[in-house]
Amino acid sequence: MVHVSRHDIVIVGGGGAGLRAAIAAAEAHPDASIALVSKVYPMRSHTVSAEGGAAAVARDDDNFELHGFDTVKGSDFLGDQDVIEYFVEEAPKELALLENWGCPWSRNDDGTVATRAFGGMTIKRTWYASDKVGFHMLHALFQHSMRFDNIVRYDEFFVTKLLTDNGACKGVAALEIRTGEFHAILGRAVILATGGGGKIFPFTTNGAIKTGDGMALAYREGVALKDMEFVQYHPTGLPGTGILITEASRGEGGYLRNKDGARFLVDYDYGVGNKAELGPRDMISRAIIQEFEAGRGIDDRHGLHAALDLTHLGEAHIMSKLPFVRELAKIYIGVDPVYEQIPIRPVVHYMMGGVDTNIRAETEMPGLYAAGEVACGSINGANRLGSNSLTECLVFGAAAGLNSIDYARGTDDGDEARLRGQAEAEAARVGALRGSARGKEKIADLRVAMNDTMETGCGVYRKQDSMQATAREMRSIRQRVADLHLKDSSKVFNTELVAALELVNMVEVAEVLAVSAAHRTESRGAHTCRDFPKRDDQNFLYHTIAHRTDDGPRLGKKEVKLGHWEPQERKY
Amino acid sequence: MSESQKMMRVEITRFDPDKDEVPKIQQYQIPVEPGWKVLDAVNYIKDHIDPSVAYRWSCRMAVCGSCGMMVDGEPKLTCKTALSDYGDAIRIEPLANFPIVRDLVVDIDGFMDKFRSVKPWIVRAKERAQDMEELNSRGTYSQTPAQLDAFRQFSMCINCLLCYAACPVVANEPEFIGPAAIALGHRYNIDSRDEGSRERNAIFRGEGTVFSCSFANECSEVCPKNVDPAAAVNQAKLGAVIDWAKGLILPKGGA
Repeated sequence: MVHVSRHDIVIVGGGGAGLRAAIAAAEAHPDASIALVSKVYPMRSHTVSAEGGAAAVARDDDNFELHGFDTVKGSDFLGDQDVIEYFVEEAPKELALLENWGCPWSRNDDGTVATRAFGGMTIKRTWYASDKVGFHMLHALFQHSMRFDNIVRYDEFFVTKLLTDNGACKGVAALEIRTGEFHAILGRAVILATGGGGKIFPFTTNGAIKTGDGMALAYREGVALKDMEFVQYHPTGLPGTGILITEASRGEGGYLRNKDGARFLVDYDYGVGNKAELGPRDMISRAIIQEFEAGRGIDDRHGLHAALDLTHLGEAHIMSKLPFVRELAKIYIGVDPVYEQIPIRPVVHYMMGGVDTNIRAETEMPGLYAAGEVACGSINGANRLGSNSLTECLVFGAAAGLNSIDYARGTDDGDEARLRGQAEAEAARVGALRGSARGKEKIADLRVAMNDTMETGCGVYRKQDSMQATAREMRSIRQRVADLHLKDSSKVFNTELVAALELVNMVEVAEVLAVSAAHRTESRGAHTCRDFPKRDDQNFLYHTIAHRTDDGPRLGKKEVKLGHWEPQERKY
Repeated sequence: MSESQKMMRVEITRFDPDKDEVPKIQQYQIPVEPGWKVLDAVNYIKDHIDPSVAYRWSCRMAVCGSCGMMVDGEPKLTCKTALSDYGDAIRIEPLANFPIVRDLVVDIDGFMDKFRSVKPWIVRAKERAQDMEELNSRGTYSQTPAQLDAFRQFSMCINCLLCYAACPVVANEPEFIGPAAIALGHRYNIDSRDEGSRERNAIFRGEGTVFSCSFANECSEVCPKNVDPAAAVNQAKLGAVIDWAKGLILPKGGA
């Protein structure tokens, strides 16, 4: 038996994009009912971990053309230029709204919002709240959302399936984690805002909840995933834990050094030119790996790494601009950056790919929208610039909220009996999985197997044979994951069951990632093939599209929307 | 596992309301690595020994606020607390002063209601259209660094709820809205952009709010983010009294 509830729209995910969507819809239509469904309480969402800032034109010496071109170039010309133009124009309005809603943006002496330098950005356009920007944005959004009585929260509900009628999305089936009960949460439109899936990889900045759920939900219903091969490695993660040390460390003047103490981005030609430490993430991550390969990495109890040096910035500057970096370095690696270099290495951070969406945050399925990291619009193309993603959550969260509620008001509820039937079948399927001791495979074992092969095949540098091997391995893991052995038969807060559902989602998404990567025999942005070191616009200036089949992803192509920025060699 | 592998006894509260009358303690013997946090030990148990242990965690970098638990009787953020601070044995229990849902998971819905009750959002006196005239050319309110610094510390709360687990008033009077909610309301009261302090002060003068605080200061001592909620509560008391006094002098409640 499932509990049925009805709303105008249903939002899955309560982070930056989901909350922004909810507020946009609630504000535009005070009489509409907006369901906000999240597997965690919204303030736990991974937006909370973003540190460095959010980009939007704010200064008199900046303009949309400059932000647009930086983004297009950063994307290695795989970004869609119409979407990027929309993004940069909406960005300042969205960040100003966050200000109006209480976000404690850092300020200039004259009371205006301060901005800082960031990688690949030619002007200081990254708004910041010290070095806890995601935390402050998320809490400002969540707290502001509470003033709307028409936002109905379903906290700690895990969505397992999209409900569809006649090819259109009409709601979700969700497990109430606390009780084990199943719900059909119906709405005439659904927005996916579930973030990315960094936990596919073993070494990541991402929190435990980043398991690719929304991507898997859409993919299983026949909706395309796009550009999944493009995975961002952030240059500066703490060895061991992968905890993020923000790019703002370099924006504020930090240096990267090798074992000789040399600023290798200055001393060697890694394509970043005089940007040095303010080069884009893909290039700096590659430079660090090349330093390791040249024998210039630092190898000690933290393993092979490079160093982030902030010591010349001084305690006062670090405490005013980077206090969280200091706190993290002290707690998680025992280093005080005021006096010592921070050990760092490249770490999986962000998925440029995601559910295929357009400029209106629509997917190919009527009634299904996506925004934030789960979506691929694509403003990020083959490499995202730091500080564009928090803004992306706001711009496309708002678009998804407004466009979906407009759509919802012009369409029907769908056949409730049919939707309820799908949710009941889903309740039975998930219920059978709970404590199903018949299977042979352990969750932790399969997760490790997936993590290992993804790191081997889809790292900073990739090779054809290892990508192919990873794609084959992921296919085999996808088959094995159907045979899980679960021990916990309790209905109450069964985290083993949730972990099993999350693992299935990750495995599904990881296979698409590996297959997409193996097919792209060129190097572009974050996808770097040893065997094909050059970008190949002749053959690969397109988005990779993946549709689900039982035999694995079926790949296709989607045109890149070019505009007035002509593809050119990407050099800084 | 090498000969020198350090072993540790980890005791965890187990409680499944479907099966158990009362919570019990289960013991696990596990190998621990240097540098591990308390959360790493719980994760080890879940992955390698007992997948049924229920608890919340995510960011493992002390910012999402999910993983608060009692560690040897004290409220701790387990992803931030070093295992090496403890000896050969450690006891991990659910946060005190909250109902247990299961194992280490507590029911925080009561907190969520308290949180909302202080109106944790910017309140402006004028209608939006008129109010927008006060924005600068970039669409933002002016706020100086000094005005920001006035409330910034109180905006750092991650809602981990350690302060509720430590608070002697919450223990005796569960309806007390508690340190984090008061600090949050106060944070908006002293934000230069906000004009809602009179509404919030009226809330603060109600029962079970700021004047219930016995100023034990436990909340500030356990706060992993140095928010100092006890200071916020004290300042909020003062603000609520001043507003009330103004109401006596000026019939319309003053400016």
